[in-house]
Amino acid sequence: MSLLDVKDLRVEFSTPEGSVTAVNDLTFSLEAGQTLGIVGESGSGKSQTAFALMGLLAKNGIISGEALFNGQQVLNLPEQQLNAIRAEKISMIFQDPMTSLNPYMKVGEQLKEVLRLHKGMSNREAHVEAVRMLDAVKMPEAEKRMAMYPHEFSGGMRQRVMIAMALLCKPQLLIADEPTTALDVTVQAQIMTLLNELKSEFNTAIIMITHDLGVVAGICDKVLVMYAGRTMEYGSAKDVFYRPSHPYTEGLLKAIPRLDTEGEILPTIPGNPPNLLKLPQGCPFQERCHRVSDHCRQHTPELSTFGDQRQRACHDNFHLSGGQ
Amino acid sequence: MIKFILKRMLEAIPTLLVLITITFFMMRFAPGSPFSGERSLPPEVLANIEAKYGLDKPVLEQYFSYLGSLAQGDLGPSFKYKDYTVNELVAQALPVSAKIGSIAFIFTVLMGVSVGTLAALKQNTWMDFSIMSTAMAGVVMPSFVLAPTLVYIFAIKLQWLPAGGWNGGQLQYIILPMLGMSLLYVASFARIMRGSMIEVLSSNFIRTAKAKGLPYRHIILRHALRPALLPVVSYMGPAFVGIITGSVVIETIFGLPGFGKLFVNGALNRDYSLVLGLTILIGSFTIIFNAIVDILYAFIDPKIRY
Amino acid sequence: MLDNKQNSEALSEFADKLEIEGRSLWQDARMRFMRNRAAMVSLGILVFITLLVAFGSHLSEFAFDDTDWGAMHHAPSIESGHYFGTDSLGRDMFVRTLLGGQISLLVGVMGAFVAVLIGTLYGATSGFLGGTVDRVMMRLLEILYGIPFMFFVILLVTFFGRNIFLVFVAIGAVSWLDMARIVRGQTLSLKNKEFIEAAEVCGVSKWKIITRHIVPNVLGIVAVYATLLVPQMILTESFLSFLGLGVQEPMTSWGALLQDGSQTMEIAIWQLLYPAAFMVVTLFSFNYVGDGLRDALDPKDR
Repeated sequence: MSLLDVKDLRVEFSTPEGSVTAVNDLTFSLEAGQTLGIVGESGSGKSQTAFALMGLLAKNGIISGEALFNGQQVLNLPEQQLNAIRAEKISMIFQDPMTSLNPYMKVGEQLKEVLRLHKGMSNREAHVEAVRMLDAVKMPEAEKRMAMYPHEFSGGMRQRVMIAMALLCKPQLLIADEPTTALDVTVQAQIMTLLNELKSEFNTAIIMITHDLGVVAGICDKVLVMYAGRTMEYGSAKDVFYRPSHPYTEGLLKAIPRLDTEGEILPTIPGNPPNLLKLPQGCPFQERCHRVSDHCRQHTPELSTFGDQRQRACHDNFHLSGGQ
Repeated sequence: MIKFILKRMLEAIPTLLVLITITFFMMRFAPGSPFSGERSLPPEVLANIEAKYGLDKPVLEQYFSYLGSLAQGDLGPSFKYKDYTVNELVAQALPVSAKIGSIAFIFTVLMGVSVGTLAALKQNTWMDFSIMSTAMAGVVMPSFVLAPTLVYIFAIKLQWLPAGGWNGGQLQYIILPMLGMSLLYVASFARIMRGSMIEVLSSNFIRTAKAKGLPYRHIILRHALRPALLPVVSYMGPAFVGIITGSVVIETIFGLPGFGKLFVNGALNRDYSLVLGLTILIGSFTIIFNAIVDILYAFIDPKIRY
Repeated sequence: MLDNKQNSEALSEFADKLEIEGRSLWQDARMRFMRNRAAMVSLGILVFITLLVAFGSHLSEFAFDDTDWGAMHHAPSIESGHYFGTDSLGRDMFVRTLLGGQISLLVGVMGAFVAVLIGTLYGATSGFLGGTVDRVMMRLLEILYGIPFMFFVILLVTFFGRNIFLVFVAIGAVSWLDMARIVRGQTLSLKNKEFIEAAEVCGVSKWKIITRHIVPNVLGIVAVYATLLVPQMILTESFLSFLGLGVQEPMTSWGALLQDGSQTMEIAIWQLLYPAAFMVVTLFSFNYVGDGLRDALDPKDR
């Protein structure tokens, strides 16, 4: 049994303009201690996937499908059961560390309340544990910082606080929703290194949500590429990187800046992600695909399994044999 | 923090001074003397009276002597109630207004905040809609329409409560005037509180709190309430002014011997020193209250401390 | 009062956008306003009430100060011609309610006009002159914000006597603060426009630049704000008249009628009911029109 088994996860939002399917029949699994990267542009449904697992969707969101965490269904749980899982078994860090911490509460208090509520610790025990966790995320002068407010921290430091907060109860799974997007490049690298270290230290599985395939490369075991709410490609990080089997993945890979190709213009994927309210017939990626055929405009490609537990959703047969 | 409080308190002083100066000179340059309307006094009597009240001295001298006596807390003699000083009149009226005003203010804030929070938590349910449409009516209903309506319903038709009078401030004499003063502001507070609570609940740090597996009650009380209260605190200043202002009408309608009544009588009788003294007094209360509100705000919002 | 703060905020935001997007913004705003049903209905009601108070007294055979000793506290009836009944002196309530409306609306409009006049000039001067003058003027504004205004108006009325003309000058004279702030912001951004600089270079005097160039350019915003001020002015006037400090007998206004009505409500509730109904409906309508204007100018979810 895997740590997390997601099957046919579907998230719909009812809006005044009609129903929008943000996540469309997503299936993936994750073993203990593994890292899965979910990659896609904004609006591809990757964050909504995470919110669905944590029960954090907006009120008009409707979830269907199955997500078994240690064999227990975690979708659509009542508040109380959800709270027993949140932070203790699954925790999450968010995109924007500037606004994700409560600006009106001391950082120490925001850490301690988790331990008091979930572990039943006294205030003093919680304090000791919180300081220890701040040390673990390499926060200098942890003791002193407990009494400070978030606005007295830099962005990178705030994200460290978020990470410490998420790991307080030693969860088995950490969902990181674009943890470095809002940070400076140098700080990004520090945070990624930190996550990588903590992963082995606490043996935590991670779902890393990002739009940057480069981030995935260093840390992930598996990669899931999403577009317009659907899986485009799914497989081991190595396979996806070296033998991409979907034109979209290809495009994303080419768009990573490289040091060895000096002076060239960075290729981009033309066009914008489609409007989820008005998806075209056929493949959702057709408008921007350089391998598009008439067949793609009529029929939506099914997800097919091939090779070493890989999956792809594309009509074109390029690269199926493997090899560059 | 102490520095902030001191600074804020010091800032109140020039405001106060401007207020006193404007009102004083306005009185001095007003056409006619307060005594000129009274029958036709022989000129020498008039001069005597004016000498008694110091009106014959140069204006600047009057101004500084008035400032001097103000600094000692002396508001001078009343021009119309011949045997009283303004201080004595205020001393009689103040307890009445203070009692009813503070009760009304506390009721307003507590009621507005809780009703607004309730509406926010039950957003878009029938409860929310009914609270908010009542509040909408409350916001446009002026106190001089509301208070007579309350009297008509509860005092005249239902006969549950007395229609007016003070009677030493017993509870049943306080209820209707208090409602008359506060309902409009309860409605305003409720609308502000609902809006800010909804906004706070959709903010990122509340999502974090949910992801931390904190119980709903804890999230509302420990995480959402404090930031949601900030706009409420800012509105406390204007609401305070509004309730004091409203008390003028309410005290007139219910015949309460407070200083709203005193003020109106002073204005009707053209009792200059009384009206001037009361304006300065009420202005000072307001200015001090605003300073307190700012300090309270700084206590809630760590970002503006120091 | 609360709405007023939101309204003036929306207005200044609109003014900022106007800088960037120009005239078409007005057209968009007008379209949004026309589509707002509550606002349009309220506007219709306001027009109806205005026409009624202006010309409605011809529908009655009585004059506002005709006393009829034989018909004191006469209940409303169609046959007697006293549609709204009579008051304690036997004067026709229908005619008096309409007259009160005339006075209330007139004071509302005139008060708003005075407030806008002072506010615009103050704001334009402060913004245009800038520097120390601006700082001092703005500081003074802040100080004035902290003073309870109704008391100030009553003080004015005490010192200068009670008459209707004075009432609206007094009310207007204390309600211009928001206007001054908005106009100052507008002026600051206008100041650096080429045509102002050109005028300055040509030696046009500062006063002339303010009145000829700046003021006409902020007029649109000013007009909208004036509409929002009218109900406040009506409220203030009624407040004063209710206390007996506003209009004097035999003239009347809604506030004065409410005062009389609340004295006699035990025996003649209609004397309270009709003026109260007129007043509340008017204020409600102004409120919806104000909300409509605000949402039209600054369409965001509130």
